[in-house]
Amino acid sequence: MGAALLLTLPELILSLTSLALLMVAAYAGDRSVRMVSILSVAALVAAAFAALLPPTGYGIAFGGLYRADAFSAFAKLLIYVAAGVSIVIAPAFFHRAPGQGGTLRAEYPILILLSTIGTGMMVSAGDMLTLYVGLELQSLASYVLASFMRRDLRSAESGLKYFVLGALASGILLYGISLVYGFTGTTQYDGIAVAFREGLSTGQLFGLVFVFAGLAFKIAAVPFHMWTPDVYEGAPTPVTAFFATAQKVGAVALLLRVAVEAMGSASDAWMQIVIFSALASTILGGVAAIGQSNIKRLLAYSSINNVGFALFGLVPGDANGVSSVLTYLAVYIVMTLGSFLCILRMRDAEGRPVEEISALSGLSRLRPGLAAALAIFMFSLAGIPPLFGFWPKFLVFDALVAIGMWPLAMVGIATSVIGAYYYLKIVKTMYFDEPATPFGASPDRVEGGLIAVGALIVSPLGYLLIGPLGAYSLAAARALFPG
Amino acid sequence: MSFPILSVMLLVPALAAVGCLFLSPGGARWLALAATLVDLLLGVLLWVGFDNAGAQWQYQEYSPVFGRFAWALGIDGIALMLIMLSVFLMPICIAASWDAIEKRVPEYMAAFLLMETLMIGVFAAQDMFLFYIMFEAGLIPMYLIIGIWGGAERIYASYKFFLYTLLGSVVMLVAMLWMVREAGTSSIPELMAYDFPPQAQTWLFLAFFASFAVKMPMWPVHTWLPDAHVQAPTAGSVILAGVLLKMGGYGFIRFSLPMFPEASAQLFWLVMGLSMVAVVYASLVALVQSDMKKLIAYSSVAHMAFVTIGLFAFNRQGLEGSVMMMLSHGLISGALFLCVGVIYDRLHTREIARYGGLADIMPKYALFFLLFTMGSVGLPGTAGFIGEFLSLIGAYRANSWVAFVCTTGIILGAAYMLYLYARVVYGKVKSDEVAAMPDLSARELALVVPLALAVLWMGIYPESFLAPMRRDIGLLVARVERAYPQGDAHLMARVGAPAAAAPAAHGTEH
Repeated sequence: MGAALLLTLPELILSLTSLALLMVAAYAGDRSVRMVSILSVAALVAAAFAALLPPTGYGIAFGGLYRADAFSAFAKLLIYVAAGVSIVIAPAFFHRAPGQGGTLRAEYPILILLSTIGTGMMVSAGDMLTLYVGLELQSLASYVLASFMRRDLRSAESGLKYFVLGALASGILLYGISLVYGFTGTTQYDGIAVAFREGLSTGQLFGLVFVFAGLAFKIAAVPFHMWTPDVYEGAPTPVTAFFATAQKVGAVALLLRVAVEAMGSASDAWMQIVIFSALASTILGGVAAIGQSNIKRLLAYSSINNVGFALFGLVPGDANGVSSVLTYLAVYIVMTLGSFLCILRMRDAEGRPVEEISALSGLSRLRPGLAAALAIFMFSLAGIPPLFGFWPKFLVFDALVAIGMWPLAMVGIATSVIGAYYYLKIVKTMYFDEPATPFGASPDRVEGGLIAVGALIVSPLGYLLIGPLGAYSLAAARALFPG
Repeated sequence: MSFPILSVMLLVPALAAVGCLFLSPGGARWLALAATLVDLLLGVLLWVGFDNAGAQWQYQEYSPVFGRFAWALGIDGIALMLIMLSVFLMPICIAASWDAIEKRVPEYMAAFLLMETLMIGVFAAQDMFLFYIMFEAGLIPMYLIIGIWGGAERIYASYKFFLYTLLGSVVMLVAMLWMVREAGTSSIPELMAYDFPPQAQTWLFLAFFASFAVKMPMWPVHTWLPDAHVQAPTAGSVILAGVLLKMGGYGFIRFSLPMFPEASAQLFWLVMGLSMVAVVYASLVALVQSDMKKLIAYSSVAHMAFVTIGLFAFNRQGLEGSVMMMLSHGLISGALFLCVGVIYDRLHTREIARYGGLADIMPKYALFFLLFTMGSVGLPGTAGFIGEFLSLIGAYRANSWVAFVCTTGIILGAAYMLYLYARVVYGKVKSDEVAAMPDLSARELALVVPLALAVLWMGIYPESFLAPMRRDIGLLVARVERAYPQGDAHLMARVGAPAAAAPAAHGTEH
């Protein structure tokens, strides 16, 4: 038992910290927000170290309910980084947001921590029940986060929408889990894998389809993407950044684990689902984004589009493909966090946030540095070399070509040209159009520093990371393929 | 390890590009000029140090820093010549933009320097993926150059340029991934010697064709070029016509022919058919243009078709002709765009009808414009002649009908270029504004004189340019020979012997 507890050290650290901080927040009130934020980030850093360097080595805990392996460590590292950034950027945003009384409520970092624990549980789950518990913890905290600006109508709407549709998705997922349990007699991934190996019964197939449908909702893949633009638009920007990065990584990693560890022997059955969803996501994410005028909505479609590309990497169902998805996620969170950081700098003279794309007009002349950074992120999201966003797309399609699915790779990569159009539109607005009203000053050095770091990583210098990133993601992917 | 001259050539403009962003407009201009001149100097050293009889690949550098692919550089004679073209044109482009570009000078210079890095990178890359990255990355600076400093319709033109070429290239990427999986290496020299199964070659060829044909550009995917040229600033047009189009031709000669010889032979008529249409159609379209830049853009389409017929003639004359055509077209069309830029700067219109009688007002200008016009027509003694003549000889040996149709392009070329020249330079001066135009300034002279000298040098003594690539062309001919399509026009060594049984008649003697 003690050894099992030690394996869950990252979750323990975060849980104990969040509970303790909850008490602090309850008694000290919003004045304590600065300290709570700092301690939360410190807890995330400690948890990241605990995940990367587990004191007792990797292993399986609680009779297979929980797994600590290279895969979960990789995913958790990304999740914790994204969560940390979401906490760091919040105070400045809420300070300026209208109707917030000028301060961030102290519960914000704690809710992020709780959601992060759930996300971490999801990627470490070795059993459908752990998965579900983690997912619900993550979701419940998220619903509150989405409506965190409670006097803002859009934020409230966003939270409600997320809750209703999220509950529906949980229901679908739970129904799938119950079918799988009913027809295989187990909820453990290993047991399901053994049962599926002897051929798929109709009931098991139904279970599989429902599980994938529920998970597709969580990763916002077409046709279960409808909630994304509304939720992303309405939620406070730092929360949107958290949804688009930490939660996305968690959900995609969870999908990888379920697809490979539990249902790997039925890959023929889910491959069609994944291919359809990947193609539909890249096409819809590209086409629907073209008409958007709100940059947060545009990034919501961009995230749908990117999930589609990541899903292409799952199609082969081998270590090569999984490692390409992990690399995709790593680069994706840098690009997305960077874009959201740039959006946080969009604010008018009084400091109110601006979200219209047209407000970016001529930004390259008013704020050349910010414009250059956002242009780098946009070209990178579009996957244009020499920016680093090209590399994960390269790996994903390489994994497809490696198993002979080059026609699919051809179609998939052609859809990336649709996506390129709207990323170019942002660059065009910033560089070709006449300057609009200038944005207010942004003295926040932390934000600026984070933007600079992000831009450097996705710049051509990022290619120097290929070696370590490739080796690490491959080691993580191998953890899913025993033997 | 010897001095990594190619890496330095890539690094100098890249660092200068970053530096330009932090300088005043004046400082950026001087830094850009200095960086491009340094690169020109390095290029000269490269050429001087190149051993025509030495190894096929020289100045090789290899560093596996990127894991899946390597920082592998190296050049053969063909790449050397194209790098020389790039580094020669770059200082001219910078100087041509000295006064013409007034807004956002540091960014402009940075974009051009970045472009130079990427162009040299394309020609020097010895790793397929490095090549792809350089090839594709060129879209970003060019998109910005057209979009920020272009004419009235610049936004449409920049989108069209970007998306058109991107769609072509991504298909090529999938083919590259397949090839690297199949051959187990991403090194271009090794892939050039790898025999892909013939049935796969057709698909691979078509995938590469999608990219290179757009870049070239070949009819019917040429439509982005007139838009891009017309809207781009003068120096942008020079670089576009001078070097970027050559990437397509270089791609054919580096990838399509040596890697897929069977498919190249099989799709002979596809390429030749499109080229024949391009020569005649683009020339006829050029004939009716009223916009000078558009006219030259269509002439580029026609001239680049000479490159493709030379390439797919599969013989030494054709291949040498096509490389010479690329070099001469790079110089001449670049020079013509400069000439248009010179009078555009004075009158701010590209309408041919607004000009006239420049021979009286701008005699020096008229002289140089005449030289470049003649070069474009293909007058013997200018660079244009060598390329067109060799390409047509090669084409004739491959198929006499192709040569017949394409030769009409020379006549049509003379027609539209002379017609342009006559309308602009001869006749009466139409307005006071035209009459007030000053002749070439010292700066403008400094731009056109080196180009004029190069055009004459290449026309009078082409051996300087042919010598470095003779061996490489020979290797290429030997590589594609097994798929050589039987031509219909040979010298009959033995009268009476059936043509199909006389393989000795098409040897590789020059």
